[in-house]
Amino acid sequence: MVVEEIPKETLLWMYETMVKIRVHEEKVAELFAQGKIPGFVHLYVGEEAVAVGVMANLRKDDFITSTHRGHGHYIAKGGCIEASMAELFGKKTGICKGKGGSMHIADLDIGELGANGIVGGGIPHAVGAGLGIKLNGLDSVAVAFFGEGASNQQNFHEGINIASIWKLPVVFVCENNLYQISLPYSKQQAIKSVAERGKAYGIPGVAVDGQDVLAVYEVAKEAIERARRGEGPTLIEVKTYRFRGHFEGDPEVYRSKDEVEWWKKNKDPIKLFEEKLLSKGIATKEELDAIWEKVKREIEDAVKFAEESPWPTKEDVVEDVFSTPTKGVLVWQW
Amino acid sequence: MAVVREITFAQALNEALDYEMAKDEKVVVMGEDVGVYGGIYGVTAGLYDKYGPERVRDTPIAESGFIGTSVGAAATGLLRPVVELMFIDFLGVAYDQIYNQAAKMRYMFGGKAKIPMVLRTTCGAGFSAAAQHSQSLHALFVHVPGLKVVMPSTPYDAKGLLISSIEDDDPVVFIEHKGLYAIKGPVPEEPYSIPLGEADVKKEGKDVTIVATAAMVHKSLEVAKKLEEEGISVEVVDPRTLVPLDVDTILNSIKKTGRLVVVDEGYPRCGFATDIAALAVSRAFDALKAPVKIITPPATPVPFSPALEKEWIPSSEKIEKAVREVL
Ligand SMILES: Cc1ncc(C[n+]2csc(CCOP(=O)(O)OP(=O)(O)O)c2C)c(N)n1
Repeated sequence: MVVEEIPKETLLWMYETMVKIRVHEEKVAELFAQGKIPGFVHLYVGEEAVAVGVMANLRKDDFITSTHRGHGHYIAKGGCIEASMAELFGKKTGICKGKGGSMHIADLDIGELGANGIVGGGIPHAVGAGLGIKLNGLDSVAVAFFGEGASNQQNFHEGINIASIWKLPVVFVCENNLYQISLPYSKQQAIKSVAERGKAYGIPGVAVDGQDVLAVYEVAKEAIERARRGEGPTLIEVKTYRFRGHFEGDPEVYRSKDEVEWWKKNKDPIKLFEEKLLSKGIATKEELDAIWEKVKREIEDAVKFAEESPWPTKEDVVEDVFSTPTKGVLVWQW
Repeated sequence: MAVVREITFAQALNEALDYEMAKDEKVVVMGEDVGVYGGIYGVTAGLYDKYGPERVRDTPIAESGFIGTSVGAAATGLLRPVVELMFIDFLGVAYDQIYNQAAKMRYMFGGKAKIPMVLRTTCGAGFSAAAQHSQSLHALFVHVPGLKVVMPSTPYDAKGLLISSIEDDDPVVFIEHKGLYAIKGPVPEEPYSIPLGEADVKKEGKDVTIVATAAMVHKSLEVAKKLEEEGISVEVVDPRTLVPLDVDTILNSIKKTGRLVVVDEGYPRCGFATDIAALAVSRAFDALKAPVKIITPPATPVPFSPALEKEWIPSSEKIEKAVREVL
């Protein structure tokens, strides 16, 4: 899509949000290395254009479901970075009160139905959101994000089939970053492209360059508008690449340094978008630099908030299991 | 007093569904063959004609997909799905959506999510349906925090508990024993609810407590009736909901009688019966006058041959023997 067709405000939001994800993730890598963030951390560096290109078409009343690599989706959907940073630290002020961590960042208030520690697990949740939207006569949509590895999992096939037969307003966004931990795409499935799987379910399947945020934006726009019109789901395969290991601490024995460097040098989504914004005269270097500075301060503030926040207390362990109180013993402790 | 009509367990469930669907547009029913067919046990009969294909949805054979769809729909707050898993034995193909997704979302999301859904499913042996269609796997749900688990034994309880389950904002697994669908009992026409977490003393007694679930409640009542003639007074406690568990009623009964037999159709290891036995010995040990007896099937898959299956299912004879042994 040509930049002239998109409002400048949207373009700058896209740029700023990509930068926000990049700076956030690099900061998280640093904090993880320092031992400040516990657990598993899967970063989104290199894939920023996917979340941003899709989310630029979404409203607050649209739903998304996310993956173990979910920080980017959350940020692009409009999540609060202070609250998610505190969550990564396991603090009481975290978006999930320190009970979910990196793999379970969720915020139902902004339609983020949850990152998921189970590969493929969230896909049918988007289908359910789509069903709720349809039966309530709303014009919202639900977007399921998942990796190409997840596209071999039952929930992908069952979920996409249900959405297709029921014509639900769901968009399936497969982030094909070429690796399922160490297993390359060519050894995961015999077809050339995940997008081909759309055919098996009678829905459009489109592949797009995931390092070009405008290309993602355009394809997502069409699929989301189609869903809003009641014409049913679309499968989008976004060809992308993760610049970092599968998780922090991954020795990355399965791919060469040269390969990673090539992608960083030639296919960095932020650099590519920046060149476009500058060459088309949409923004000046100074404007873009100011965005980086602003974002860095924001992330630093979030880290400070997280570091200064209190830990949850021992009473919190048994809170939040159930929502409707009932008679009898609900939370068992001998 | 007005005579209360008698209807079957299946009809009682149907009335609860009908009432909830009429009351709240958000309640939708889905599962395999729940539409025109009315459910393979007839529980959803007539709902399709009344509420239409949008709210009574036949699904493809995609248990993980449609149970996951219910989880997502519930999480949005836009729907309150009642989803049917034809046989509890099929739980394995969809278990992740139940124990990792529905059960954990609220906690993992720091209390922000509500998952108002009911998973209805069937359990129970006795039909020569062999090992993949006869299990009572309720312990697998009880084991996992975050799920409420209901297991009624009478038509009256079935209606009142299903109404409560649908109105509850948490994920509820509602387990129906196949052997109970056809039994009849008094059920008021008007809607009523039975709170989750309230056990029912199905028969009062002084000498022995039997804690029994689902179809085993009826067998235990038969035994109690028989023993009554000999002057042995048996109390039969039906927990009705396994999570939350009415610990007080169970412990009070054990403290009163001093003797406990637990009867359950689930497998013996790490099962519901062992759970109740552990409760008794850890919380009412001083009251016990004899070792606790547990009656369950043996730890084998459910056999096909009627001759073998009869041996496998806890029998009245075994229950009676256990009661005599603790006396
Ligand atoms: C059901 C399940 N199986 C395996 C895993 C372990 N695991 C976590 S991420 C991952 C790879 C996922 O690959 P993909 O879907 O392509 O997403 P990516 O990590 O590339 O973003 C695996 C195998 C898991 N979390 N859940």
